[in-house]
Amino acid sequence: MAEFTLKIRRYSPESGEAPYWESFETELPGHRSVLEGILQVKDREDGSLAIRCSCRAAICGSCGVKVNGKPRLACNTHLEWAQSNAKDGEITVEPMGNMPVIKDLIVDMDAVHWKKIQRITPWLLPDGPPPEREYVVPHESMVDVTQSMACIQCGACVSDCLSMEVDPLFIGPAALAKAYRFVGDPRDGQHEERLRDLAEDPHGIYDCTHCFFCIEACPKGVAPMSQIMRLRRLAGSDYEIEDRNNGHRHEQAFVKNIRKHGLLHEADLLPDSYGGKLHPRTVPELVDSLPSITRALLRRKVTPQNALLHPHKASKEVKRIFDKVEGRPERLEFNLYVSGTEDEPDAPGSEDEQGPNDPGAGDDGQAQQAGSGPQKKRS
Amino acid sequence: MKVAYWPGCVSRGFTPELHGSMAKIAPLLDIELVELDRAACCGAGVIAEHNQELADTLNARTFALAQQTDGTMMMNICSTCQGSQTECQERLDANAEYRELINDNLADEGLSYQRGLENKNFLWLLVEEIGLDALREKVSQPLENLRVGPFYGCYIVRPTDRLNIDEAQPRDTYLHQLIDALGGTVIDYAGAYRCCGFPIITMNKAASLKQAGRHIGDAIDAEADCLVTPCPLCHLNLDLQQPLAEREVGRKLGLPILHLPQLVGLALGLEPSELGMARHVVKPTSVIDWSTSVIAGAA
Repeated sequence: MAEFTLKIRRYSPESGEAPYWESFETELPGHRSVLEGILQVKDREDGSLAIRCSCRAAICGSCGVKVNGKPRLACNTHLEWAQSNAKDGEITVEPMGNMPVIKDLIVDMDAVHWKKIQRITPWLLPDGPPPEREYVVPHESMVDVTQSMACIQCGACVSDCLSMEVDPLFIGPAALAKAYRFVGDPRDGQHEERLRDLAEDPHGIYDCTHCFFCIEACPKGVAPMSQIMRLRRLAGSDYEIEDRNNGHRHEQAFVKNIRKHGLLHEADLLPDSYGGKLHPRTVPELVDSLPSITRALLRRKVTPQNALLHPHKASKEVKRIFDKVEGRPERLEFNLYVSGTEDEPDAPGSEDEQGPNDPGAGDDGQAQQAGSGPQKKRS
Repeated sequence: MKVAYWPGCVSRGFTPELHGSMAKIAPLLDIELVELDRAACCGAGVIAEHNQELADTLNARTFALAQQTDGTMMMNICSTCQGSQTECQERLDANAEYRELINDNLADEGLSYQRGLENKNFLWLLVEEIGLDALREKVSQPLENLRVGPFYGCYIVRPTDRLNIDEAQPRDTYLHQLIDALGGTVIDYAGAYRCCGFPIITMNKAASLKQAGRHIGDAIDAEADCLVTPCPLCHLNLDLQQPLAEREVGRKLGLPILHLPQLVGLALGLEPSELGMARHVVKPTSVIDWSTSVIAGAA
């Protein structure tokens, strides 16, 4: 038995009182969970302490909270691990972010998380009448969506999403990862329509700021940001969907830029992302950016010469790589979640694999060993 | 020590002062830079978003070129390069069949990547290879009374397992440790590990600038004299776009943003002008004032 101090953020909006922190002592073995600590407090000290929980086995996704500032499932976070990561000797427990608090550690999942899940039409939309017997789906196709299917809807990724923090309308990591589950499923007949919808939405796939917080937060190795990038790859490279948010244009401009110069030429990239230097979309953008452009020129950060001319040209070897890879009939993709990592003797750090590598978690990552090597995608 | 040096694109483009200041301080730290001048852009995540094999091939080529030099490891000066390259390297190192397939793309050029290359950002190299104690001995102008906010950039701190960040190797505290070792005061503020907003500047400008503006505002509220970042893309959003970020968050900002080698250079006795600070969009007045007062105090 050991003693742990839980410093819990208390808040009851109905009371009219401001939120406050309250510390409680718990006595439990260190391998027991933060959730058990909270339930002991509720049982012995204050029955009004509110937390949502059910399975206690990291599968129902109910007990998402922030432990020491980071989103976690309370049920698979060991007390001793939380203690070792605690500042000032107290384990802090607070409600998840980006969602309104209903009471204490319970957030309103309906108002944010579930609303966003609904937004992406989370059911199959098959083409034509259903087959007489069951649908026959190739094994690789199901393996391909396994990672997004591993989501337990706990909201940890939503809690830490930095895009949602500045743009609450962002569809967000959990819902977009779920969207890949349907876009990647051959039984669904609306792949292009789904992708067009998510690309055209100003708060859709191109609103992700690439901060990796959702990958870090997910207790199940779903890597929502990687699923968002796969949606972009499908929308841009496969379906060539021209969206109003400059997402596809930016990607195309970047790739063209590197193919031509080998190194990024920023002065071309920005106007090309809007459609080219003389495009009507570009002019207002440049005018809007005048305060920055003027100062950059004044300080000689950028000179007219290096803005207009780019001395660096891509070598023929780099161009050949572009031609070879882009000329393949099928795009190759290699997902470590699916393939796992080979154990080779010369490998420094060969135990690493994408997904949680988390000493505090009672449940480990869900890496599936379902065939190795790269997967072929349409091109 | 000798390193295969990958400066990245932006350090030679819109933040030339980064490449310049690295070149200035390398001899002072006994680092010999063997520049990988044939290597191409890391893709900054965007090429991988377009075509994963293409990004993996371009970076495998960079790694193979680094392995051809006689440097012990590869060094970069850009958080985004670090993150994008580590992501590709993770895939390349994980599977022999995949590595062979990518190496086949390089065969025409006679290049091949063998797993095991160490690729470290200058920040990691300073702490892990040079060591903060050795660095302290080289400091001739401790950054006393200079209040510095660390700004890491996403790609160098997440995901922690891919970047080998753990208790034994707390790379997510190195910037804090470094500011302290150079004699500066570390400022605790909300933005240190957050996103500068740069990746969505062309897609959602308002959200992007709001991110930059908030972090700068938080650092000002914590009375920082400047921020320091190992990421030139963060520098673009925090410095170059700061006049627009001001407009977006509706407050006056004007906080100088330093590149990591510039901060190290100051402590090694170089002056702001030698480190290219005149090229910043936000004039680093507080840093220049600090430097002037230190020089005046020493005289």
